[in-house]
Amino acid sequence: MKEFTTLTGIVAPLDASNVDTDQIIPKQFLKRIERTGYGEFLFFDWRLREDGSPNPDFEMNAARYEGASVLLARENFGCGSSREHAPWALDGFGLRCILAPSFADIFFNNCFNNGMLPIALPAATIDELFELVRASEGYELTVDLPEQKITRPDGSTIGFDVDPFRKDCLLKGLDAIGLTLKNESKISAYESNADIPIPAAS
Amino acid sequence: MAQNIYEKIWNAHLVHEEAGQDSLIYIDRHYVHEVTSPQAFEGLRLAGRNVRRPELTFATLDHNIPTTDRSQPISDPMSKKQIDTLTSNCKEFGVALFDMDDARNGIVHVIGPELGLTQPGLTIVCGDSHTSTHGAFGALAFGIGTSEVEHVLATQTLPQREAKTMEIRVEGELKPGITAKDVILAIIGKIGTAGGTGYVIEFTGSVIRDLSMEGRMTVCNMTIEAGARAGLISPDAKTIEYLQGRSYLPEGVSPQSLAKRWSAFASDSGCTYDTLVELNGADIEPQVTWGTSPGMVTGVTGTTPVLADIADHNERLSADKALKYMDLPEGLLMTFIRIDKVFIGSCTNSRIEDLREASRAVKGYDVAPSVKLAMVVPGSQAVKRQAEAEGLDKIFTEAGFEWREAGCSMCLAMNDDRLDPGERCASTSNRNFEGRQGKGGRTHLVSPAMAAAAAVEGHFVDIRDWKYL
Repeated sequence: MKEFTTLTGIVAPLDASNVDTDQIIPKQFLKRIERTGYGEFLFFDWRLREDGSPNPDFEMNAARYEGASVLLARENFGCGSSREHAPWALDGFGLRCILAPSFADIFFNNCFNNGMLPIALPAATIDELFELVRASEGYELTVDLPEQKITRPDGSTIGFDVDPFRKDCLLKGLDAIGLTLKNESKISAYESNADIPIPAAS
Repeated sequence: MAQNIYEKIWNAHLVHEEAGQDSLIYIDRHYVHEVTSPQAFEGLRLAGRNVRRPELTFATLDHNIPTTDRSQPISDPMSKKQIDTLTSNCKEFGVALFDMDDARNGIVHVIGPELGLTQPGLTIVCGDSHTSTHGAFGALAFGIGTSEVEHVLATQTLPQREAKTMEIRVEGELKPGITAKDVILAIIGKIGTAGGTGYVIEFTGSVIRDLSMEGRMTVCNMTIEAGARAGLISPDAKTIEYLQGRSYLPEGVSPQSLAKRWSAFASDSGCTYDTLVELNGADIEPQVTWGTSPGMVTGVTGTTPVLADIADHNERLSADKALKYMDLPEGLLMTFIRIDKVFIGSCTNSRIEDLREASRAVKGYDVAPSVKLAMVVPGSQAVKRQAEAEGLDKIFTEAGFEWREAGCSMCLAMNDDRLDPGERCASTSNRNFEGRQGKGGRTHLVSPAMAAAAAVEGHFVDIRDWKYL
C-alpha cells in the first residue's frame, strides 16, 4: 500500500451533502477488471457534459483547482454502494485527502485501504474552509499526518483525530493482509476450536 | 450479563485482540459477485496467496447479466469479460459459482437465504453494501470494499472495531396495505441517511416480529441506506421455520440442535443498546421518495417539500438541487407525479412475497398506455420458478408487464435495463441517487404494490384505496 505522511496541495471544493459513490464513479465504469485507471471517470456525470467537454457549472472544473490533491466536501461523503472504485477514482484523479464533516462507513474504510486519508472536521471548520478556498485562488493546505494537523497558508493550524492503528498503517504503508497473517496461528487456533457451520457439499 | 445479539455474535467470532489495533473477527460466509471481486483475486495471484476457506466462499453472477433471453450471447464485451473473469477465478481458486445456467443462480442477497447458506449467528460479508440483508436471519452481515474482499479470501478474517448498537423498536400494528418497504423508508426518513453511521442496528418490536422473513430481509436490506453497515433481527420461530430443509445447512446436525444453536443468538431480555429509536407502526403510511437520496421520502398523501419550510441551510440546498434534478415543483402532491417506467425487482423487493403482493394489485388491470415499460425481474431463478408455478407471470404479462430473467437489472442499470435521460420510474429498489437507474433517470422508491398500482394508473396512488379485483 502507498504511504501517506504529509501532503501539500490545492484544495478543490465539492459543495454537496450526501455525495454517494454512484456520483463519485457511475456504474458503467465498474465493468473494468483493473484496479487503476479510474481517475478520468471521477464525478463523470457532474464533471463532463454529454459531448465529453468539461461542465463549466461544476465548480471543481475551474482552472484554479487544477492539480488539486485535497477535496473539501460536505457531510456523509461516500454514502451508498461499497464500490472501492470510488477511492480508486479519487486517487487516480490526484485527490488523496478528503476533508468533510462526516463520511459513510464503508467508503471511509476503503480510503485507508488505499493509502488515502479522509479527515472528519467540525461542520463550522468545513464552512470556513469553503469560504477561504473560494476567496483566494491557489488556496493550499498542508496535511501533516504524523503531527495530526492541517496548516493553512497563514500558518494557523487545525488539529484532527485519526485512529492510531490506521495512522500507523498509513505512515508505514502497511499491507493489512500481511499484518493479519502475522497472527496466522491465532486464526488456525480459532478454526480448530470454534464450531463453524460448514455448508453441506451440494 | 444480558447481551444483545450483536455482542453475542461479536464475542463468538473474536480471533485476536491486541491493544491499539482493530480486533480480528472470523468470517463464516463470504459471498462474491462479478463486479467487486476481479481485483481481489488478482491481488491474491500477485501475492501468491490462496483462498483460505473455499468451502465457506460462494460466488454468483448477478450485477451484469442480461435479464432477456439467456440463450443469446452477452452483447456487451466488458460485461462478458467480467463474467468470464469471475468464472475463471472461481475455477482457479476452487470457489463454488452459481453461474447463469445454474438453477440456484440469482441476486447474491436473495440466494444466500434461499439456499440456507445464511443462518443465525454467522458473520457474513460480501463486496456489496446490501449484504445487510442477511441480518434478517440474525447474522452479522455487512458490505465490504474490494481490498477487504481480498483480505477475507486470503485470511477468512477481517480487522474490525466493535460498533455502537442502536435499537429501532417499531411497536403497534401496521395498517392494511403497509409493507416492510414502507417501514424501512419511514425509518430512514426519521433518522436520516447518516443516522445509523457507526452503529449496528437491531430492529425490534411487534411490527418487526409480525413481518415475514421476506419482509424482514427488506428492512435489513435498506439498513445501509440509513448509514448503518449492519441491521439485525433476532432469530425466532419464523427464522427457524424458513430455514428448515434448505440445501446448505450443515450435514449431520439435527433440526433440533440447529434450532437450539440459532435461538441462543437472540438478544437476551434486559440487554442494552447505546441508542434507542422508537416508531409507532400505526403511524406509517405508504412511502414514496421525492428526491435523490432515500431519506428524501414522504407519505403518499404528502407533498414534495416547500423550500422555505426547511430551516437548515445545507438541507434546503440539497432539497432544491434534488427537486431540480427530479424536475418536480415544490409542494406537489405525490399522487400527481406521473411515471414513465416501472421496475419491480432488486435485492430489496424481488422475493416471492413481493411478487405476490404486486401481482394482487395488478390482477385484472392493464398497464397504463402512458407507461412505456413495466418490468418484473425476479430475484433468483428459484423465485422465478415459484412465481411461474403460482401463475404470477401470467398475471403480469396479461397486464402488459415484461417478465424477465433473474438479476440486479435496473436497480443499478449495469446491464441493458435502464432509464433514458429524463424518464421517471416507480421502482421497488433501494437507491434513488442521480443516474442510478440510467444517466438522467429519475427514481421514486416504493413498495411492490405501490409500484404495481402506479403502473396501472400511470401515476402514484394510495394503495390503501386500491380496488383489488
